[in-house]
Amino acid sequence: MKIEIITPDRKIYTGEIRSVRVPGRKGSFQVLKDHAPIISTLDAGPVIIADDQGTEVRFEITGGVIEVKRNRIILLADSVVQ
Amino acid sequence: MANLKAIRVRLSSVKSTRQITSAMKMVAAAKLRKAQDAIVQLRPYADKLNEIQSGLSAALRDTEVENVFAARTKGNGKVLLVVITSNKGLCGAFNANVIREAKRIMAEKYPAEAGRGDLAVMTVGKKAHDVLKKLKCNLVEDHSDLFHGLTFDRVSALADKLMQLYMTKEYDTVEIIYNQFKNAAVQKLTVENYLPVSMAVEGSEKSAPSDYIYEPDQVSIVSELIPKTLRIQLYRALLDSFAAEHGARMTAMHQATDNATDLIRDLTLQYNKARQASITNQLLEVVSGAEALNG
Repeated sequence: MKIEIITPDRKIYTGEIRSVRVPGRKGSFQVLKDHAPIISTLDAGPVIIADDQGTEVRFEITGGVIEVKRNRIILLADSVVQ
Repeated sequence: MANLKAIRVRLSSVKSTRQITSAMKMVAAAKLRKAQDAIVQLRPYADKLNEIQSGLSAALRDTEVENVFAARTKGNGKVLLVVITSNKGLCGAFNANVIREAKRIMAEKYPAEAGRGDLAVMTVGKKAHDVLKKLKCNLVEDHSDLFHGLTFDRVSALADKLMQLYMTKEYDTVEIIYNQFKNAAVQKLTVENYLPVSMAVEGSEKSAPSDYIYEPDQVSIVSELIPKTLRIQLYRALLDSFAAEHGARMTAMHQATDNATDLIRDLTLQYNKARQASITNQLLEVVSGAEALNG
């Protein structure tokens, strides 16, 4: 499963991952392999990625949109607080 | 034969001009690199956002989701042109192209609106402002200071203002004219419809909408995504123009430096010839003087 996290300024993260947890408008949710296609707006909050090796990577975003389609995730973040 | 002093003066003035143009070229190259990075970084974001939005529009085509930014059937026909140029000159035909296109649009596309006074112009960049002011266009606002520290927040504020103007029915159409950045040497003059937002989807047949889950729901996603797309679209246009400006200036200054180098070569040759001629003359005078004495 591939993810791309992009802000207007730069590409934050791209690569193969096992799962990602995002702060959806209706509540935080996790995307695993073969998730159904979804478009959701995101609130401010943490994005937690478990990458290929199972290492946890964490970003704080201020809002955005996520699209999941055929194991391809695009996360457009408004900005990322490091 | 031109006199030595005149050539010398000319030569030194061309040399200092070359120094200036080559310094400006360096500065433009450095600024271009930064501006180019910014636009190149933004493009994937803007493209993906457009992709999501058009996928969404395709899925929503048959549903009745209200879109405040869609085309209005009954409007007042007022048009706003946003003309984006640079604040500074010395960048070849960069500004002239945009201004010419703006004039052409006013004269050919919206002659009736211009006649009624329903055509307003908003400028970003001093160059367009100065020219269009002289032409007595209906200038409403000038946002030239936007280029001093081009940030997404400040551009968003302008985009929000444009949306506000559209929603309060101040204008029915908003178009942007700017130079798109292709590479350092090439700019593409672009006219974009900004508002109303076209919900038409190109090639929607082949990208059949997947059965998306929408969270929280379609209406709120649309109402959040469209302003976001519009803000990014304006930001992208400004970044494009900014990068294109520095590209154009770099090319123009490179050309100017080359021309100056050619001129210096010609002048140096001329100077040496004149110097040699004057030495030959002096020698002749001395020799013939001596000969006259001996004679």
